[in-house]
Amino acid sequence: MSEGAIPDPAAPLTPSGNLRRRQLVSRAAELAATAAAVLAVGALAIVVYTVVSRGAKAIDLDFVFTGYPTGVGPMLLGTLVIALVATAMAMPVGVLIALYLTEYAGARGSNALRLTLDLLNGLPSIILGLFVFALLVDHKQQSGFAGAVALAIIELPLIARGSQEVLLLVPQSLREASDALGVARWRSVLTVVLPTALGGIVTSTVLAVARAAGETAPLILASSVFDPKSFTVNPFESMPNVPVWIYKLSEEGNPEGFTEAWGMSLLLVSFILFASLGARALLARSKRKLSS
Amino acid sequence: MSTVSHPAARVGGRAGRTSPLRKRLDLLGDRLLFGVCLLAALIAAATIVLVGYQIVHGASPAISKFGFAFVYETTWQPNFGAFGAGSLLFGTAVTSTFALVLGAPIAIAIGLFLTLLAPRGVRGVVGPLVELLAAIPSVILGFWGLLVLGPFLQAHVEPFLHGTLGFLPIFGAPETTGLSVFTASVILTLMVIPIIASISRDLFQSVPRELQDGASALGATRWEVVRGVVLPTTSSGVVAACLLGLGRALGEAIAVSQVIGAGSTLQASLFKSGDTLASRIALQFPGALTELHKASLFYCGVILLAIGLASNLVAQAIGRRFSYQGATAR
Amino acid sequence: MNPPEKTAPSRVRIQTGAAAVPAAVTGTTAAPAFQPELVFDSRDVSIFYGAKQALTAVTLGIRRGEITALIGPSGCGKTTFLRSLNRMNDSVSGFRIEGSIRYHGHELYGGNVDQVEVRRRIGMVFQKPNPFPKSIYDNVAWAPRNLGLRRGLDERVEAALRGAALWDEVKDRLKDSALGLSGGQQQRLCIARAIAIEPDVLLLDEPASALDPIATGAIEDLMHSLKGRFTIVIVTHNMQQAARVADRTAFFSLETGGEKPVGTLIEVGETERIFAEPRDPRTRDYVTGRFG
Repeated sequence: MSEGAIPDPAAPLTPSGNLRRRQLVSRAAELAATAAAVLAVGALAIVVYTVVSRGAKAIDLDFVFTGYPTGVGPMLLGTLVIALVATAMAMPVGVLIALYLTEYAGARGSNALRLTLDLLNGLPSIILGLFVFALLVDHKQQSGFAGAVALAIIELPLIARGSQEVLLLVPQSLREASDALGVARWRSVLTVVLPTALGGIVTSTVLAVARAAGETAPLILASSVFDPKSFTVNPFESMPNVPVWIYKLSEEGNPEGFTEAWGMSLLLVSFILFASLGARALLARSKRKLSS
Repeated sequence: MSTVSHPAARVGGRAGRTSPLRKRLDLLGDRLLFGVCLLAALIAAATIVLVGYQIVHGASPAISKFGFAFVYETTWQPNFGAFGAGSLLFGTAVTSTFALVLGAPIAIAIGLFLTLLAPRGVRGVVGPLVELLAAIPSVILGFWGLLVLGPFLQAHVEPFLHGTLGFLPIFGAPETTGLSVFTASVILTLMVIPIIASISRDLFQSVPRELQDGASALGATRWEVVRGVVLPTTSSGVVAACLLGLGRALGEAIAVSQVIGAGSTLQASLFKSGDTLASRIALQFPGALTELHKASLFYCGVILLAIGLASNLVAQAIGRRFSYQGATAR
Repeated sequence: MNPPEKTAPSRVRIQTGAAAVPAAVTGTTAAPAFQPELVFDSRDVSIFYGAKQALTAVTLGIRRGEITALIGPSGCGKTTFLRSLNRMNDSVSGFRIEGSIRYHGHELYGGNVDQVEVRRRIGMVFQKPNPFPKSIYDNVAWAPRNLGLRRGLDERVEAALRGAALWDEVKDRLKDSALGLSGGQQQRLCIARAIAIEPDVLLLDEPASALDPIATGAIEDLMHSLKGRFTIVIVTHNMQQAARVADRTAFFSLETGGEKPVGTLIEVGETERIFAEPRDPRTRDYVTGRFG
């Protein structure tokens, strides 16, 4: 039993017993964890570096504003329109779901609804592609709108969850103050709760758009047969778009096409990175403001 | 704040005293707002059901023709109307397992690094960067895999693994293209890392400070604190995070289709081409020859949806149980 | 108490140490000649958290085998001082220490001191019971296993639980979760956990503050039984408790001379003397105020 006692309490405070070995194990683990973080950040850096260095060669004004083959303007326009249509559908529904969760739902209802949102969020995007194909394309024709419906389903849980978090931060006292004054719920929601949370709702939406803008799988089924020269803003026909065009060029195996694809990748990645970094910073700020 | 509530006060005061019309309007407004909110919630629920219905409906010709045998039959010959998802299911299992086996430890290690090791400044930079990895669109990651990662793995990593561990059948001779199950798995690994890392970071942060102090006050090293206290108290949550990562890997279609080489045979070697359920849909659906071909791809979707929903539900169930535990422990 | 109890040699050594105490009774802080009997010898210790100073100019000796109580109003830095004795403050951001703390003559904050070794020799029990979410047995066995003390582990666990006066209450349910114990039992388990690796010193940070009077009494009885085997330093806000358990008492208070109040040591001496005839008026006010 006495083997466990400290042999000499007055000994110097350097590792005794098996401690040197245990410290070695611990240091190795710390090193491995640090290496893992370096690996992930390194992978991101390599991907971004490749996209930037190869894409920058392709990009000039013609690339952004003219049609094929000198530029990818139609694809950019199409992606913009599809994203706008998708957000126009997803944002109101998402915010209303968030309101339902924070203002009305009981414990059981909100559990079920949150589970639904989580499941929606976990749906593979190719499944959503099949879905909109069956619903809107089969026996009809491809359309930007069909793609937008799929993207809206992708955005919906993100907007609902993000808005809910911000709405929860709106001080309960604001609501109670209105209730105590006999103000109707709908008035206080429209005049107090929503305006206070507006900043956070918008930034959650921007994050959702950044996530949806690069989605390719649904568009392959919904809006992939198009004329890369045509600037169209009609969502009820097949629309040129950035992700599908990158995908097609990557499948073709033509070096010039690769350069073009890198160029579009750079545009897409810069939009996504700036949008998500900016939105994150804003979101953190507005949350801090609300919770202080 | 007070400037916000003042107008409301005036409005409310007047309404309370005088106008019955206003009262009725308020009642109507309340009902209306509740109604549209409920409607929105129902839309979300209906979407899930509708997605499930449409996928199964689209697959029904193939389901009635092939029955359950579709799941394990390995022939896939569109010209002869013969379809079976066996090799795709195999490819999906191999790539997802690989991604999880390689990605989960790395991601958990990143979560530990961010919560326990990194100084605050580093944490504030590295955390968001890791999450940005998840923001890169899969088509770009796949394109990068096709042109940069694939050739690199084929030229350097695959020969090395074949040379040193070649006695294992999974490390066969490298192909010439770099399009392989291996490349696809590495891409998927990069995709699951940010998901698992950010969830486990949040989990590790939730481990009470007192527990960690209690452990280190007993003369435990940092690693012993992690292994003895941090990991055991969060283990079920980490498992849930891994399942969510698995769901992501299973369902990824685009990036995989770009780098996996679309092979159709069952092979042990990771360095051969292969295919997955999701990737097969992305590759063949636009050019599908027959209605049966389409229906078979929908059938692949049914399998994918079933596995995906199952892993998601299990993850939610575990995650919820974890949060209850956390609530009672505090 | 029971035969396989801890190490006979170390008890003997401690008692010879205690036997030497009367010679030094009159000196408040040790003169160099008596240094060998001091476990801790802190000289002019100041502690900062970032720009904020928490403690100034503490010179205090802790004698071997005795129970020393640190008392004083809240915010006076007594817990800060305690936590600096086993370097638990190191992980607090912005922590900085000036002056010198010697442990058996070795500089505690010296260059080649291993933190883990320090905490292996100087155990700590916290204000809030913090058992691990493991079984009762594993709570106690965890640290010995780390140290490689696998031989006779069952006996070691039993001895520790007996030492913490918990054995009879838990011997039939060692495999049950420790979280099912009452607060007082949990705290005694934490003490058992700490003495299982037979440290040299036990630091107790208000160990009974979260407990009811009966559990508090049990902890105080326990401390009497542990006295002699361990050098014990206890922080308490309860003066009766200090009077009941401590050999010597150190009174900390806030020094209001500077711009901001800073904690410091006012007076230290035999417990009876501190309570019966305090020399410093601040001590007198505090002691009589609380008792009166």
